[in-house]
Amino acid sequence: MSERFPPLLFSILCLGIAILYIPILVLIGYSFNASELVNVWGGFSTVWYTELVHNRQILNSAALSLEIGVVASTGAVILGTLAAIALTRYRAFRGRLLLTGMVNAPLVMPEVVTGITQLLLFVSMLQFFGWPHRGFTTIVIAHIAFCTAYVTITVQSRLLSADRSLEEAAMDLGSGPVRAFCEITLPIIAPALAAGWLLSFTLSLDDLVISSFVSGPGASTLPMVIYSKVKLGLSPDVNALASIIICVVGGCVILAGYFMRRADRRRQLEIQMAGR
Amino acid sequence: MNVGAEAFAPRRRASGREFMERYGHWLIILPPLLFLICFFLIPFAFALKISFAETAIRVPPYTDVLSITPDQHIHLSLSLANYKYLLTDEVYAVSYMYSLRTAFFSTLICLMLGYPMAYAMSRSSKATQNILLLIIILPFWTSFLLRVYALEGIIRENGLLNTALLRFGLIDHPLKIMRTTLAVYLGIIYSYLPFMVLPLFATLEKLDHTLLEAAADLGNPPWRAFLDITLPLSMPGVVAGSMLVFIPAIGEFVIPSLLGGPDNLMIGRVLWDEFFNNRDWPVASAVAIAFLVLLVGPIALYQHYNVKDMEV
Repeated sequence: MSERFPPLLFSILCLGIAILYIPILVLIGYSFNASELVNVWGGFSTVWYTELVHNRQILNSAALSLEIGVVASTGAVILGTLAAIALTRYRAFRGRLLLTGMVNAPLVMPEVVTGITQLLLFVSMLQFFGWPHRGFTTIVIAHIAFCTAYVTITVQSRLLSADRSLEEAAMDLGSGPVRAFCEITLPIIAPALAAGWLLSFTLSLDDLVISSFVSGPGASTLPMVIYSKVKLGLSPDVNALASIIICVVGGCVILAGYFMRRADRRRQLEIQMAGR
Repeated sequence: MNVGAEAFAPRRRASGREFMERYGHWLIILPPLLFLICFFLIPFAFALKISFAETAIRVPPYTDVLSITPDQHIHLSLSLANYKYLLTDEVYAVSYMYSLRTAFFSTLICLMLGYPMAYAMSRSSKATQNILLLIIILPFWTSFLLRVYALEGIIRENGLLNTALLRFGLIDHPLKIMRTTLAVYLGIIYSYLPFMVLPLFATLEKLDHTLLEAAADLGNPPWRAFLDITLPLSMPGVVAGSMLVFIPAIGEFVIPSLLGGPDNLMIGRVLWDEFFNNRDWPVASAVAIAFLVLLVGPIALYQHYNVKDMEV
């Protein structure tokens, strides 16, 4: 800590962090509660975790959510990276303003609005083309649409800081634009792609509102199942499920941060070595 | 791409290369552009169209706006009934005003809590900064729904807060927080605090500290330097953070639905109920369109100050 650090500031910082963390820690604590009554501590137990393994509904919805998350975030990384390249490399093209707007809008668009508009599109498409049926496909498309925005912004800032002259040098030395991009720029923006993928994956895994609108009968994602369970009242197995999700996501974020920082440091080192 | 391409087969190689050089960039631009036009922009046109339809007992549950009559005429039937309904039934105006008020005050509280946090972070050493940043970002990645659920565990009638207060004898009977306006505020502040802190930190971190030292050398007290230098320079962060809390908070559905009571009608929840409970798709579309029109102002403000440091 630096020397100028008033105690009032420090206590507000601590208060803010406490507000952010206490509910999650308490939730994880309660997930090991043996008692079925949520307010009585009945001793340590992992009974709710074993219960989860036998809950078909939760397992099925978790599998569906993971599947949607993988497909949607992969799609979003591809489209988002292309959009980021388009916006950083091509200064003037028809539709640039439109693309910029569509990339930024999902970040501030209320989910209920996005959800209902997309549903109405899918319903009309089904009427005219007989495709897509509401369920996996529609949820994936809807998730790609909003995740693309996050990927674009993540990749864009990385591309802006990437040294374009390296790629130009490679092209001067005779490699084609695609090869120059793949060998020079892609490794530089790779951490941003990974971060974008992870961010999309967690966003997709977490989405309740948009999925509820565009999903059809029979396709319930994990958040939809959790929401309906919570709406009915507290249930101890949701505590266990929530703890697992929070720990897995938290672990992934910490690991991703660690690897990205390490990759960055190595790159810095290489640049220094090359500069000598 | 070109129907006549086979006829010019010998020239294809050269022109192919030329073609790539002239139009190659469209291969990069078009996929995201077309995808977003199809699945993000066009949906709004459909919502607009269906907001002029009427409810009908059929699949999908609304009447045709555009139809072709048996004698081959295109028939357009626009019904303004849904919009009229929005204006006459006061539940919509009330819930919209309620959403605005709730979003405004929770943004204000987030700002008052988040600014000192971001300021303290920006003043700490680089190593501490990285750890604090991770601490703030971690909940931002954690499931929104689960965090709202976790908060319920604290504030419900037999939750941790009441249990602790009762045990220490500070209160006689449990406080009723769940299903009240207070719970909605707590939920929004708890969920959106990282969205406020991160952009604020991004601008405060870049602040030139020599300016503050210069102000101090010239005899200004620290609070004066803060008001005259730090605050104006951090305005982009204040606006970005506030809009990132305010805009989604207006349309919030999960928080009023899980933590709020029946009278905490926020516009997102009204739209949801209209759609899922009343099955009135045209009215729900009209609510969405009206909501969007009312959001144009805040969204434009956000785009204007758009800081690009929101990436993790």
